[in-house]
Amino acid sequence: MATVDQSKIRNFCIIAHIDHGKSTLADRIIEKTGLLTSREMQAQVLDNMELERERGITIKAQTVRTIYKAKDGEEYIFNLIDTPGHVDFNYEVSRSLAACEGAVLVVDAAQGIEAQTLANVYLAVDHNLDVIPVINKIDLPSAEPQRVIAEIEDVIGIVAEDAPLISAKNGLNIEDVLEAIVAKVPAPKGDAGAPLQALIFDSIYDSYKGVIVFLRVMEGTVKKGTKIKMMATGASAEVVELGIFGPGQFIPCDELSAGMVGYITASLKNVKDTRVGDTVTDADRPCAEPLPGYKKVNPMVYCGMYPADGAKYPDLRDALEKLQLNDASLFYEPETSIALGFGFRCGFLGLLHLEIIQERLEREYNLDLVTTAPSVIYKVYKTDGEVIDITNPSNLPDPSEIEHMEEPMVSAEIMVTTEFVGAIMTLCQERRGVYLGMEYMEQTRALLKYELPLNEIIYDFFDALKSRSKGYASFDYELKGYVPSNLVKLDILINKEEVDALSFIVHADTAYERGRRMCERLKDEIPRHLFEIPIQAAVGSKIIARETVKAMRKDVLAKCYGGDISRKKKLLEKQKEGKKRMRQVGNVEIPQKAFMSVLKLDEN
Amino acid sequence: MLFFKKKKAEPKRPLGLYIHIPFCVQKCKYCDFLSAPADDAVKKRYADALCKEIAGYKELTKEYELATIYFGGGTPSVLDVSLIEQILDAVKRSFFVDMAAAEVTLEVNPGTASFEKLKRYKELGINRLSIGVQSAKDNELAVLGRIHSFEDAKKTVLWARDAGFDNISLDLMSALPGQSLEDYKENVEEILALNPEHISSYSLIVEEGTPFYSQYAEGMPKESELPDEETDRTMYAYTKERLAQAGYHRYEISNYAKPGYESRHNSSYWIGTEYLGIGLGASSLFTNARYHNETDLLTYMEEAEAGKDVRREIERLVQEEQMEEFMILGLRMMCGISRAEFQKRFGKPIETVYGSAIKKLERQGLLVIQGDVIALTDAGIDVSNQVFVEFVPEEFVRR
Repeated sequence: MATVDQSKIRNFCIIAHIDHGKSTLADRIIEKTGLLTSREMQAQVLDNMELERERGITIKAQTVRTIYKAKDGEEYIFNLIDTPGHVDFNYEVSRSLAACEGAVLVVDAAQGIEAQTLANVYLAVDHNLDVIPVINKIDLPSAEPQRVIAEIEDVIGIVAEDAPLISAKNGLNIEDVLEAIVAKVPAPKGDAGAPLQALIFDSIYDSYKGVIVFLRVMEGTVKKGTKIKMMATGASAEVVELGIFGPGQFIPCDELSAGMVGYITASLKNVKDTRVGDTVTDADRPCAEPLPGYKKVNPMVYCGMYPADGAKYPDLRDALEKLQLNDASLFYEPETSIALGFGFRCGFLGLLHLEIIQERLEREYNLDLVTTAPSVIYKVYKTDGEVIDITNPSNLPDPSEIEHMEEPMVSAEIMVTTEFVGAIMTLCQERRGVYLGMEYMEQTRALLKYELPLNEIIYDFFDALKSRSKGYASFDYELKGYVPSNLVKLDILINKEEVDALSFIVHADTAYERGRRMCERLKDEIPRHLFEIPIQAAVGSKIIARETVKAMRKDVLAKCYGGDISRKKKLLEKQKEGKKRMRQVGNVEIPQKAFMSVLKLDEN
Repeated sequence: MLFFKKKKAEPKRPLGLYIHIPFCVQKCKYCDFLSAPADDAVKKRYADALCKEIAGYKELTKEYELATIYFGGGTPSVLDVSLIEQILDAVKRSFFVDMAAAEVTLEVNPGTASFEKLKRYKELGINRLSIGVQSAKDNELAVLGRIHSFEDAKKTVLWARDAGFDNISLDLMSALPGQSLEDYKENVEEILALNPEHISSYSLIVEEGTPFYSQYAEGMPKESELPDEETDRTMYAYTKERLAQAGYHRYEISNYAKPGYESRHNSSYWIGTEYLGIGLGASSLFTNARYHNETDLLTYMEEAEAGKDVRREIERLVQEEQMEEFMILGLRMMCGISRAEFQKRFGKPIETVYGSAIKKLERQGLLVIQGDVIALTDAGIDVSNQVFVEFVPEEFVRR
């Protein structure tokens, strides 16, 4: 391969609020630069996972290299780094941005700037990227490109008057975007002869090649056989293969030099050795210092995951092990529950991450799961001076041993049209939010700033936000740190027996309300038994709410003659099947769904 | 049947015969049976098809003798008597049957009866009538979509007596929309006044696909007019108590009889006697297989006429299923099941198969064990599905 002319490389990413058309534009760019014909394109090439396509979101960062013949007659190498589009993966986004020189900012011509638009732009600006605004969806009847351009200039403060007006869906004016990338994204700098310094922005596990590391070479050159070293984790290995990204495939090459984006394999067996954000250098000729910004990401949300069928425990363990190969931020350790048996306490970056893992376990590994209420990490200051982290409510020490507790807070930005400001403020208040301020974006839209406890937003905050704003509110948050809080453990007793898997930690002021709603919800979920079942919510030894599932009085087939027998047998089989899906706690059979009912307690 | 007695004839195996008449004057609002109004030509064609199907069983049933014949529906009494005669003639040609010894039942809708008709039935050898009275209140009958008044029902019973029937069963429904306990008690008295030999008493089942389903069950309106479970069970308990006083004993979950008048045909379903179902959609248990007939009327008639096989979904019962049926059908009878009989049929003691389930259910007060007999308690009847579900096999491959 001929030496690559740095001045002809453009490393960029696309940033956008969810649904503003990021992946569609990426598809168009790949199509227009001649890599694939539209017939070969499956819609949204970059979203590889089935789940990503279905949800229309990007979970893993994807990267593709294409060649664009510009109007100036020159050929340019485009490295498009597609970033995850959700706040849970903020750190991954920031590392992807660090691998680029420019960012294409996609804004929906009808909706304008949203909470994640802002969050992503700030992130891009922090990384000194040149931001190229693009107005998408101009084919919509409700499109108001001029208004949106004005909004971008007012709110973000970047020039947008010559922003390409496009419809990624219809392939309209895509050329303008490509030319803008050539003209406005700076070519990478860096000395191919300097000691190797490369940024890991992602890694995946392949059962044949081991870990495949995605990297951006900042300085120096990496070749087959180079002995590399990860500066943060200390892992080292010899490069076995390296190459660039074709759409959906890896194309091997001989070397990657400063300014280039590509992959390497080095018979590394664990993605934990290749943490996103780490710096790869030459073990024999290391660079002076690592690239800035590395941090180890830690889970923020925990929950118990149990196989619905206890015999599937080893299957669940294997599945988690495999998922972790690809996802260093997934944490799990074995735990047992009296109600649910053997399972795992799992840690996630956020609720979406949790849902994704849960869905992948169910779909790709065919597991039927019972998931307990998610919990954040509480800091418990004990009277003996010890401080412990609690991720499972069952492990909370006796109240007499607790001096005080602290919970994590986030600062949240919620963008909403003015008519829903009242409703959203009420919601935030209900969730113990502290109002920080409000800014008007324009006449009809406001940016609300709140400080909220993380444990109030991990249940159903996002759903509540959407339903109370008719889908118009958008939301972004950032972890702020811990504050002391009056927290209690809420226990649920079913037929006088405490069900450990239903316990959760809650603020004392909302305990009664939560307990009451839990009992109501469980009353609907637990089928009638032959006896009456009391459902109680308790804080310590004090019962704060109660409901009763009445005893079953009648479950009988009045008629059963010759023509009914097969049908009635099938009904009984169904009934039996239903029973099998229940969890036995004492004498009571509890449906799996009930364990998740704590997730949806919003009444509006 | 005393033709050729070459060698000492082995005793024939008992067989039940169900003949389905899928016609009625008007569909009742709770009815989920295969039935609809039809014109005379269709009825005639159907009777012919039945006769063809019956003829097809001749070779297969040489080892059997009919113990019972049952005309059900629909409304069998909507057929012209000559068609009933034609069908019975076909039955006699194909099966061994002693009409005097067999129980031969026909279901009668009071809205279609006349003294002449009932008299002709008796002459044809029918010796038991099941009359769909359902309620003694005309407003309730109207809600159910019945085509007759209580006065019609009373007349039918009197005609039946005059025609010489000494084995009459009356149907009575409870837990009807808007029905109070007092309403129901009055109905029971009216039924008793007619002095039948047998009473079938059902609480209303709102079945999917019936007009009642969309009216009462779908979406479960909170203020349903249907009596609540408590009232339903009170009515049921009252039925047992009041009928016992009057000399009727409960022998199955919903059936009551004077001593010696238990329905032999229906009992055969519960004790596992083989039976053949003839006609549209009719079900059979024969040589350890369950199946039902074609359910589309035109297809059924065309194929039966052409001598084709109208049986569908033939399922061989593996031993686990035979044991299941022994339990869940046998326990419907108040006399319960016999442990010795279980051992005899399946070659192993019942405890080795259902020991823990039986113990648990006995502890819960749903089953009672008395020597050889295991039976439902009164509490067990109310929640009998909870009992039966314990006898459903864990998992087995359906063939």
